Parts: sequence; C-alpha cells; structure tokens
Amino acid sequence: MSKVINLKRGLNIHLKGGAEKILGTSIEADTVALKPTDFHGLVPKILVKTDQQVKAGEPIFFDKYNPEIFFTAPTSGQIIAINRGERRKVLEIIIKADGKNESIAFTKADPQKLSRDEIKNQLISSGLWPFLKQRPYGTLAKPSQTPKHIFISGFDSAPLAPDYEFTLKGQSGALQLGINALAKLTDGKIFLGISPEQSNGIFSGLKNVEINQFSGPHPAGNVGIQIHHISPVNKGEIVWTINPQAVVFIGRLFETGKLDLTKTIALTGSEIISPKYYKCIQGTNLAGLLKGTTKQVGKERIISGNVLVGTQVEADNYLGFYDNQVTVIPEGDHYEFLGWAMPRFNKFSVSRSYFSWLTPNKVYTLDSNLNGEKRAYVMTGEYEKVLPMDILPVQLMKAIIAEDIDKMESLGLYEVIEEDFALCEYVCTSKIEVQRILREGINLMIKELG
Amino acid sequence: MKSLRKFIDNKKPLFQKGGKYQKLGSTFGAIETFLFTPNHTSKSGVHIHDSIDLKRTMIIVVLAMVPALLFGSWNIGYQNGLAFGIDRSIMDNFIFGFIKILPIIVVSYGVGLGIEFIFAQVRGHEVNEGYLVTGMLIPLILPINIPLWMVALAVAFAVVFGKEIFGGTGYNIMNVALIARAFLFFAYPSQMSGDKVWIYELNSKAPVDGFSGATPLADLAGGAFAKVSSMYDMFMGFIPGSIGETSTLAILIGAAILIYTGIGSWEIMLSTVIGALAIGFLCNILSVNEYMSLPPYTHLVMGGFAFGAVFMASDPVTASHTNKGKWIYGFMIGALTVLIRVFNPAYPEGMMLAILLMNVWAPLIDYFVVEGHIKRRLKRVNINGNA
Repeated sequence: MSKVINLKRGLNIHLKGGAEKILGTSIEADTVALKPTDFHGLVPKILVKTDQQVKAGEPIFFDKYNPEIFFTAPTSGQIIAINRGERRKVLEIIIKADGKNESIAFTKADPQKLSRDEIKNQLISSGLWPFLKQRPYGTLAKPSQTPKHIFISGFDSAPLAPDYEFTLKGQSGALQLGINALAKLTDGKIFLGISPEQSNGIFSGLKNVEINQFSGPHPAGNVGIQIHHISPVNKGEIVWTINPQAVVFIGRLFETGKLDLTKTIALTGSEIISPKYYKCIQGTNLAGLLKGTTKQVGKERIISGNVLVGTQVEADNYLGFYDNQVTVIPEGDHYEFLGWAMPRFNKFSVSRSYFSWLTPNKVYTLDSNLNGEKRAYVMTGEYEKVLPMDILPVQLMKAIIAEDIDKMESLGLYEVIEEDFALCEYVCTSKIEVQRILREGINLMIKELG
Repeated sequence: MKSLRKFIDNKKPLFQKGGKYQKLGSTFGAIETFLFTPNHTSKSGVHIHDSIDLKRTMIIVVLAMVPALLFGSWNIGYQNGLAFGIDRSIMDNFIFGFIKILPIIVVSYGVGLGIEFIFAQVRGHEVNEGYLVTGMLIPLILPINIPLWMVALAVAFAVVFGKEIFGGTGYNIMNVALIARAFLFFAYPSQMSGDKVWIYELNSKAPVDGFSGATPLADLAGGAFAKVSSMYDMFMGFIPGSIGETSTLAILIGAAILIYTGIGSWEIMLSTVIGALAIGFLCNILSVNEYMSLPPYTHLVMGGFAFGAVFMASDPVTASHTNKGKWIYGFMIGALTVLIRVFNPAYPEGMMLAILLMNVWAPLIDYFVVEGHIKRRLKRVNINGNA
C-alpha cells in the first residue's frame, strides 16, 4: 500500500434495492448480443452473416476507423439477426446461444513469458481489447500506442453498484494473470485503487501492481478520479483504464486458452423484488433476468448500468458491453401538484430545502423525473461540492458550450469523461445535461485535434 | 387535484404548436408548471435528478425575506406612530404597515412578471423564476413613501434593461433589484433620500416636535453624531429606513435560512462582513475625523448593509462564480461600502453602489481566479511531468 487518499467531496445517494450478497439461480440466456452502440463513435463493418455458426472469440465486426480492433462473439451459437436502426445503422448483432459456450482456441501461456506484441495480438484477436479504454476521451485504447500507466479501480462507488469482492470472489488467480499480461503493455506501472473496506480483500495479495487506497463518497471509485490523484493526464499523455472484471477475462484467456466471458452481475433497484447477483454471459438478454423479478407496479425504467451513467434499455434488450449491473427504477412521468412548494418528505436532495438531511441513512426510491425544468445556470458552487478534482467544472462546461478549444484543454477536458461529471448533473438545479455536453466537447476535441 | 389536472390536460393542446392559442404557450406553461411539477423524465445522462429546482430555490429565498418583510410592516406602523404621536398596539402597527406595503409589492410583481411573461412569450421560452425573488426584493429596499408609478417605472426599467436585454434570468450582469433602486436613486433623488421619505406620510404632514425622521446614516453623514440611534435599536431595527432593511435581526434569520438550506453563499456573506470590519478598523487606526472613529461593527447594523450582504451580494448570477472569487468579491463589497459611507459625503449609504460596482467586477475577478487555476494546472506538468 503506497498511498491513502481521503476524498472529501462527492455524494453517496442511498437508493433502495441494493443487491444482497447471494447468487440467484443462474439464467441460461437464449440470446446474447454485441452492440456497436456501446462504443463512442464506432462505425462497424460486419464480418458475419445471419444463420452463420460462431464460437466465442470469432470476429463479428471491426471499427471502420480503427480496423485493427476486432469485436468478437461472446459465446458460441448462431447469428440470428443483425438489427439496424435509422439510416441502416447497426444497432445489435444477436447470437442464439447453443449453451455450450465453446471458444476458438487461443494461445495458452504465462503472459510473463510472452512479448508485448504477442499479448497485444492475443487481446485483439480474442475481442478483449475493447475493454481497454484510454484517457483522455474515454475512447478505445489504440493498439499502436503505449500508455504512460494502466489504471484499474477495484471498487465501484456508484449507487447500488455491485461489490467486486463478491462478483470476483475466487478469481484472484485469473486477476493476477490478467495483471501480468497488462503489465507488458505499458512501460509505466499498473495502478489499482481500492476502498478502505478492501484492505484484506481479493486485490490485496496481487503482485506486479501498485495499490492505493481511496476513501470517501462516490465518485471515489471512478478510475478518472483515481488517475487525477495518482498521476493526472496532461496534454499529450495517454493512460489506459480497464475494469477488474475484464482483467479476469484476460487472465482466463491466458490461463485456459479459451475466451470465457461468464461474469456475475448485480440486479438492483427499487423495482426489483429481491435484488441479488446473477451469473450470466457478456451481452446477455435481459428478458430472462427480468422475468418475474420486477415488481410490475407501474411503469419501470430499465437501465443497463447504474442510475448515473447507465443506458436506458427495453426489457427484451441486452446488457451493455461494459456493464456489470442492471438497475430498475420507477419511470417518473407523472405530475405533482405544487410539488416545488410541498415539504416532500420522501424526496432526496443535497440541498437542505428538503428534509432528507435529517435522515442521512434513509434509503430512497427515486424515479426518473427531472424534478424541475431546464434553466440557464443560476446557482454556483454546486458542482464543485461533488467533484473531488482540481477542476472548475462549471467553467469547463461553459468553455465546451462556447466551443473554446484552448479553454477546454487548459481547464482539464483531458482528464474527465461523463461518469466523473455524472454527480454534477445529478445535483444541478438548472437540470443542465452535463454528460451530453461533456461528450460533445470531447467529440469536438477529437475532431479538431485528432 | 385530479380534476384540475384533467382540465389542464384538456386545454393543453390549444396552447401547443398548431393550437388556437399557441401564442400564449409560455404563459400557459408557466401556470401549468406552477400548479404541477412537470412530468419530464431524464432523456440523457443521469436517470435520477436531485429534487431541487429553480422554483424551490427561489421560494426558499422569498421565505428567507419574510422575517424582514414582517418586521418592516410593523416598523412602518411604529415609526409612523412615533412621528405623529400615535400609540398603537403591535398588531395595529403591523397591520398599518402591511396595508401600506402591499400595494408596492403588488405593483412590483404585477409589472415585473408582466414583462417577464411578455418577453418569454415573444422569445418562445419558458417563464423563468428569477423574478419571484426580485419582485420581493424591490419593495423591501424602497422607502415607504415611494409613489406607486415610480415603483412601476423602476421595475420596468430594471427588468428590461437589467435583465431581459441580456437574455433573462441567469444572464444578467447586475442585480436586477439594485438596478431598480439605483434607477430611482438617480432619477428621483428627492423621493429616495433625505429625512422625509422613510416614514409614512412624513413627506406630507408635520410631525410631532423634535422628530427628525433621519436615518442613522444620514445623521452620521450630517455630522449629528449624538443623534445616532443606539446599537440595540439599530440591531433590532427600530429606526427609519427602507422597508425591509432596518432590522439586522430579521435579516439574520433570513441569512440563517439561506445558509442552512445551502442556497445562499455563506462565503460571500461572511467576506462582506470581514471587508467592512477590516476597512472599519483601518479607519479607526487613522481616525482623522469623528466618522472614522466609529466602531467598525456599527456599519454592520446601519442602513442596507445587512440586507445587501445577505440578499443582494449573494445573488449567484451576478456574484463571482468561483469559490475563491466569492471571497474577494464579498470582501470588496464590504470594504467599498464603508469607504463610500465614510469618505463620500454625497452618498450617506454605500451598499447599493458597492454591490453594483462589484457586480461589474465579478467577471474580472473570476477571470483572474480561472487564469490562476489554469497556471497552477500547467505547473503540475512540470512537477509531475515524468511521474
């Protein structure tokens, strides 16, 4: 343990429906999907046809602009549909799983004995490469580059987030192998951030990695916050990030020579009858998971991911590529008589104009209502309280809105992605779409500077 | 409530695009969202939002002004009684004053909201909540004898030229309520200053013998140091002055509400006080004349200082936006207020001018704070360059 970093700013939103640490009867997904829409700015070139049989690890599509990166089948089965949306944009490639989860054969070797290129090639050909993201921008890591460091956050501090200590239990071996493989990809270090509760957890015995401890409210578990406090990204620098679940996938690949994308995810939210963990395959169909487990007392919003950064999906849709959690909350499309003037005892707010500060440990059922209308910026000092970074968030947002590239750069756009600013969006009195604006700024930056 | 909702839902299509009254869409929307918080849901980004919105924020600020309004009502009756030798009960004083204040409030809200609605309508925007606060601020910083047409004129000027030409709530540079006051102050000085304007009917009737009606600040500026009210009277607010600004105690209750709910910036309020005290002490040290040797804390309870620090300086739109900037901004307001009071005989009160001046400076303060921030971030590259 080299550093203990105490973060003061941030916010824990206590929601109803945290997953109990038990594993539900695993549901055999009949279909799984790979969704090009899970990746920013990706234009897929499809390599398969419907009815084709595939094995796990067989390439399904590649990115038109980064043709070296492949996206592969998460399990074995038959391609049954390639669904397209407006202007024939590919939304999802659906595979009917045969239940055998057969993989094509990859090199089975100790990554420490392989070269950087051999590891790279194995990660690319297996389809595990897209799990590596880069900062700045939070886009896919480029195989041609070598990152300054690689960062892993060992815990998720978002509302109702899965506990990696539970979902990765017994996977320490694979974790270590995965880290050994990743260590070959950088000339710097691998940094792993853990929470104070994890000091004797699954990550504690790992070698080849520098472990730092982060305490404090969300977003302490965001890898971007951890990078900022360990080795911030400056202009021209690149670091990579990866989720521990993906590190396990990488470890398994080198351990067994097979691609096995089985993982444990959390089914959470106030609309779930008994929230708990389930084993499933990457990109699984949610219908099986949600059947009989939701309360069905009104309109529901199903989110692949958490309530702050997840993606809204339909009940028959698929788990997102990077998501280890499904959250179901009530849809909030209702009116409330004089809601702004009512005491609203059951509402949560960081401002003390409500009464939630009297009951700091109460868990809330929050719906998707905006709780107000969009306005121009009026209040100040709100964002700063939930962003534990040396960044002026409102000034950065305004630089983006004004499309001032120089200011965006100097105010720290290289260091942040949507998840880091999600709490700012949550607390915003003026209901500004912070994450959308931030992504537009990032896209502008990529367009202008390449 | 369901039948009301049904009624609104029935009428809504008439006001939407293509409807018969689509030109009144903003007005309808304002009434609808006033009655019912809308059913809008998250479309991008976070799926849950905090319960706070601008309506709630503004209503809390109005709530925080209520103690000052209530005390102001009573004080109008009390001061009138003193001036003309009438003895009333507390309740009678209050009712007397409230009846005098009510028309000013009605005119302020009527004219201001009217203009807001028209602008929103022309622009096709929603009606913003900003005026809910401004509409209450303006009556509280005016003298009771102000003619209603002047209130209307000042409100119209302030809302149009102080706010709407910049784009509405959130875009204005200077505090709208203070623009209204400054407009009257310079356009109709005889109605805004002197000894006759602060007490109801003192401008038209002769008071009992020996009653002056001068505010403590006017006494000080006029060199009548012996006549200045006691600290206790000034703190409690038993003095002549603008409607809502006499009682430091009532304003402190408002400040407590604002700070406790997290809506008002305690940084600005505190730094304003620090600024006034600092310059006050400096004056004490130099102490060339009698005014300069006034105990610094006296400045905090006189005139519009407390009201300005709590309700005007802390206006988030026109104050500095950065946390560091807020400290500088507040300090400067406090400092300038005392400077104007002590060294400029033409203006007994300096709060309004100090805040307006610092409103204009606030973006500059922010500019330097942001530049400093950027420089510090750049330095990091040199330190951590190879980390």
